[in-house]
Amino acid sequence: MTPRPSVVEISNGAAIRLIAGREISTRVRSKAFVWTTVALVAAVVLGGVLLHFVGQQSDSAQKVGVTPEASGVAEQLVALGSVTGTTIETQEVASAEAAEPLLKDGTVSAVVTGTDPLTVLVHTELPDALAPVLGSLAQQEALSSAVTDLGGDPGEVGREIAQAAADVTALEPEPERDSAQVVAGFVAGILLFISLMTAGQLVAQGVVEEKSSRVVELLLATVRPWQLMAGKVLGIGVIGLTQVVLVVGAGAGTAALLGLVDASSINLGVTALWVIVWFVVGFTMYALALAALAALVSRQEDVGSVTAPVMTLMMIPYIIGISIAPWDPTNPLVVVLSFVPFCAPMLMPMRIALGEVAPWEVALSLGLSLALIPVLVWLAGRIYSNAVLRSGGRIKLKDALTAS
Amino acid sequence: MCGMGALTMESLHKTYGEVRALRDLSMEVRAGEIVGFVGSNGAGKSTTMRIVLGVLEADSGEVRWDGRPVDLAVRQRIGYMPEERGLYPRMKVSDQLVYLARLHGLNPSSAKAAMEHWTEVLGIAERRGDEILKLSLGNQQRVQLAAALVHSPEILVLDEPFSGLDPVAVDVMSGVLREQADAGVPVLFSSHQLELVESLCDRVGIIKSGSMVKFGGIEELRRTDDRRWVVDGPPASTWITAVPSAHLVSAQGTRSVVEVRGQAADAVDQEILRAAMAAGPVHEFGLLRPSLTELYRHVVTTDVTATDRETVSA
Repeated sequence: MTPRPSVVEISNGAAIRLIAGREISTRVRSKAFVWTTVALVAAVVLGGVLLHFVGQQSDSAQKVGVTPEASGVAEQLVALGSVTGTTIETQEVASAEAAEPLLKDGTVSAVVTGTDPLTVLVHTELPDALAPVLGSLAQQEALSSAVTDLGGDPGEVGREIAQAAADVTALEPEPERDSAQVVAGFVAGILLFISLMTAGQLVAQGVVEEKSSRVVELLLATVRPWQLMAGKVLGIGVIGLTQVVLVVGAGAGTAALLGLVDASSINLGVTALWVIVWFVVGFTMYALALAALAALVSRQEDVGSVTAPVMTLMMIPYIIGISIAPWDPTNPLVVVLSFVPFCAPMLMPMRIALGEVAPWEVALSLGLSLALIPVLVWLAGRIYSNAVLRSGGRIKLKDALTAS
Repeated sequence: MCGMGALTMESLHKTYGEVRALRDLSMEVRAGEIVGFVGSNGAGKSTTMRIVLGVLEADSGEVRWDGRPVDLAVRQRIGYMPEERGLYPRMKVSDQLVYLARLHGLNPSSAKAAMEHWTEVLGIAERRGDEILKLSLGNQQRVQLAAALVHSPEILVLDEPFSGLDPVAVDVMSGVLREQADAGVPVLFSSHQLELVESLCDRVGIIKSGSMVKFGGIEELRRTDDRRWVVDGPPASTWITAVPSAHLVSAQGTRSVVEVRGQAADAVDQEILRAAMAAGPVHEFGLLRPSLTELYRHVVTTDVTATDRETVSA
């Protein structure tokens, strides 16, 4: 006689938790999941670090050395720099000989060694940003000589010329677009696309795995179809959410630590939170749709074709999102699609990151998506339940919907 | 521990499109008995079992346990081995069995203990850490049986549990089924191995084209109105005329088979023996009863007639 342990009837919640728990432990143990997560986290951290250095280089001032023979041009250099949009810092250098080591180790990019004619010493070549400044300076020096010859004050003339600039009035001024916002919008769009795509595919493959291995028959002898579907969607959702939180956290953390974003132009915490919220909403919708469609086929080879419509649906907002939204967040196509369920989960967080959205817009878009979810639950539950035990060929969507 | 329940299938009907898979199928598996379910491929055995497990819905009819309709709570206490074997290919044997046990309502420690017990009994204890797809087919089959038993079911429904097993595994499987039945579990299994069914089962159901054509104890099924005897001795042609009710069925060398039809058969055996012995020495004399295989052949090769159907509710 064998031991007969006490058996209790399991509740809906317990069954779903068990099923979700299996999904989670299976995925967490899979190398593919671990490495994808590591790669994504590494990508955002490295991306942030790279951005930090690129930003530093373009923003940092050009250092120009000035020997005593040329000390008179220091002031003019700074003034010319500000007109051409280059910040210039000058530094006294004792002589041309003393300038050599400073040029070689990069302390200064160029050293002005003489003014008549203007002579400049560089290490390998003149930085692009300095070329117009030094060009103007040479012209001014030539002008000064002429002014002196005519008996004027070259210093006075030089200063006035250096500061002269056209006064431009824009009819429709372009709003100041912070590069941090563009990057955040990009990252939000790409991250949501990748995570929704991967998590959605895991759901579809998981459903078909159970069908093709026939284990579904054993499972459905003890749990209800909707419990099995709910547990699977929940388990993979938790896994996907963990991945998104890790990546978003790593990205936002890197950005905050390196001071990549200007707190006045983008609220990093709020943007990160919205990305996570929209992942949950988007995943729920896509997972339900994909679980239902995947239940129609019995072989892994057929998953691709049966889920193609939904995958295409996912591509549309993504492509529009990353190709238009960062440059033109108020583009009508972007704005309209950001309210449409299935498109909203990618476009709305991008618009939020780009800072071009009113709170009521976010609320409306979220409300529309949330309102569709119960309909999807009902539809997916029906299709899944009717199709999951039928093996063999591909089942028509219509049959799965109408069969009782 | 289950009571003296019985699993009853009553008037099950199932149609797939144009195909009538089950027609008015009824049978009963009592607590502590093993019922064998035989029939050709596509006769409706798997359909019946899937209806019992609720993975398929009957068009009409009812499955009852202890007189009450089988619901999900009852189904969680059934051990099931589907016709199409199915386990997660990339999951370890131990994890898989514990998971299934827990889905059937065992707590974590009981589930683990049950997994250890059944892998031990079925001789797959060393493979606990292996993924299913790395096991041989025979071992996968043992895991499948363990999956059906791991939650200590009160009812066992096994679709061809013996297919693909080696002789040792067949013995292990038979032993387990007997043990379960002795513990009061009703066991229903299907098989094409008729000798096995004959030796293992208390009752047998023969299904043809969705109808139960014979159902009853092996002895009961083998007992026929027309009786036959085998006589090894003088050729029957030399003495058969002495018994007017008997006629010769076949003769091969010294062995003859004689038959008596109808109710007259009861006391006629001594008469036949005497007639044969009068003609010469008799080395063997015995009642010839059809084996299950013969019964089965007879049933599946003849058309299901109205009279055949009447014997269903045996």
